[in-house]
Amino acid sequence: MITLVARPAPSRFWSWATPVLAVLATMLAGGGLFALLGSDPFEAIRVIFWDPLFGANAGYFRGQLFIKAGPLILIAAGLAVGFRAGIWNIGAEGQYIIGALCGAAVALAAFPAESALIFPAMVLAGAFGGWVWGMIPALLKNRFGASEILVSLMLVYVAQNLLAWAAFGPLKNPAGFGFPGSRNLQQYPSAHNAELIAGSGVHWGVVAGIAALIGTYVLMNRHIAGFRIQVAGDAPKAARFAGVAPARLVGFCLGLSGALAGLAGMFEVAGPSGQVTDSFNAGYGFTAIIVAFLGRLNPVGILLAGLLMALTYIGGDMAQLTLRLPAAAIQVFQGLLLFFLLGMDLLTNYTVQWGKARA
Amino acid sequence: MTLGGIDLVALMAMLMVASTPILLAATGELIAEKAGVLNLGVEGMMIMGAIGGFAGAVMTGSPALGFLAGAGAGAAMALVFGFLTQVLLSNQVATGLALTLFGMGLSALIGKGFEGVRPPATGKLDLGGLADLPVLGPVLFRHDWVVYLSLALIVAVWLFLHLSRAGLILRAVGENHDAAHALGYRVVMVRLAALAFGGALAGLGGAYLSLVRVPQWTEGMTAGAGWIALAIVVFASWRIERVLLGAYLFGGVTVLQLRLQAAGYAIPVQLLSMAPYVITILVLVIISARHRRGAQAAPAALGRIFHASR
Repeated sequence: MITLVARPAPSRFWSWATPVLAVLATMLAGGGLFALLGSDPFEAIRVIFWDPLFGANAGYFRGQLFIKAGPLILIAAGLAVGFRAGIWNIGAEGQYIIGALCGAAVALAAFPAESALIFPAMVLAGAFGGWVWGMIPALLKNRFGASEILVSLMLVYVAQNLLAWAAFGPLKNPAGFGFPGSRNLQQYPSAHNAELIAGSGVHWGVVAGIAALIGTYVLMNRHIAGFRIQVAGDAPKAARFAGVAPARLVGFCLGLSGALAGLAGMFEVAGPSGQVTDSFNAGYGFTAIIVAFLGRLNPVGILLAGLLMALTYIGGDMAQLTLRLPAAAIQVFQGLLLFFLLGMDLLTNYTVQWGKARA
Repeated sequence: MTLGGIDLVALMAMLMVASTPILLAATGELIAEKAGVLNLGVEGMMIMGAIGGFAGAVMTGSPALGFLAGAGAGAAMALVFGFLTQVLLSNQVATGLALTLFGMGLSALIGKGFEGVRPPATGKLDLGGLADLPVLGPVLFRHDWVVYLSLALIVAVWLFLHLSRAGLILRAVGENHDAAHALGYRVVMVRLAALAFGGALAGLGGAYLSLVRVPQWTEGMTAGAGWIALAIVVFASWRIERVLLGAYLFGGVTVLQLRLQAAGYAIPVQLLSMAPYVITILVLVIISARHRRGAQAAPAALGRIFHASR
């Protein structure tokens, strides 16, 4: 008979060991999945996890690593703060889209003027757009008690439709021969979020991601607000007695994560993607949720988890090309990873004892 | 009967078909939540039901077997969720999200070979003379058996929850799992059963989308229907009869915006497609605001982890 005994405090050792174990278990399960799909599992794992870093064309792929990890880290840094407080913003994908739309709209309104002020204005517009989209569920929760989970998620679909409308309507490239999609911001020097070091993949969004991690680290570990967020998540009643206003916390967490997601979208549309199209968003807002959990809602963890998830994106692209694995296989992989992680967390919070527990 | 270029009888007839997937999924989720489990993976279970049902129907040639396969796929997903949250005591919100992400990926993977295939047609139920009634005939009596099953389930679930001993136990588990445990009820087993039932209905709803409503398989075809089903349970204040109202209201909005698109009004298509989501948010806000003042309608143990400590 197995008995679970709750630990008085989560185990530090297991909270760091479970992500590693979960990754290994996912590789095993994923290998089985690839075998079922008719690919050699060892080759698939090598193509996804090894070749982008150390294979023949690794020089190119390492740059891609930062391009993909940048938005994931930037979004996950904000989400993690809210998740710690038990505030579930799962609509980061929508905030990302709106941030991109606002940033691109500023650039397209200024076109073809060249000025050093355009890019900063786009950054502000992107953060503002994401903030607004994040504050909608916050306001509705505080004012009416509506679930932020459902409202933020519904707003993803609203944002997606707005994006399609903008790409076919107001933001359409007037010189685009009727094709949907905006002007390409990569060809507009004042608005282009270019690589800072050629070939490295590091653009302003990656810098912002690292800054967000440092900022949230300081917030959570060196600031009273971080302590309040932590208490609100661990012991909501105690937090209320200590004078933490839940409404302000909801606004802060959703606003912050919304603004960071909006920034990520703006950097993406002005840089690697370049164009507002109806499908430019690549699901980063959802993958960032996995990144936040895999990184234990902790800045260092999020950095590592973001790089790992970026690797699966690139490896997935490669596996699609060389092994003809479907793109969705990577999504399954990511879902499995989250399952294993959540399941293994049992070891962090409980000790498993064999035999009958003493009464 | 037309109004503003829209045929009202056709609109009403479409309404029942459009509402059925969400009605089924919301009914299932209501049972799970009544047992105290918040399964946010409805979208993932629905999409797995959609592809499971589609693949089953195409391979066997029988829509009925397809629906069965869809329900099975949904229930299997729900049991994965159940194992993680009830046995391994994981966080229900995070696990539900994981279930949705996983379902989206796995369905797309399985669905690769089924794109562009037409499923076998699900026949209309022959209701004899009723179908020939003016207005009421096309609106109410010319549908397939799943539509009527979804309505019968509403009645069955109401009877189960209010008049049966098992329903009472289910509600007790959802209101206070420690007390139910102390009385000797097996909390985890009750919750797993409720989850499996909820998953089967979500799967059935998904299969209805891919086999009747659309009918074909496209990646991500549920397009938020599972999330809307979750919102409808809140809208219904966890009462089954109001789930029917919520689902039909939502179905009505969906059908109306589709008809407005077809009628060629000068509103951009994308802005019309937004309507169901915006209205779901509005309805959610109104209902939540009402509950703020009165008693909480949600089962008291909803979303809480049960760990029997001795």
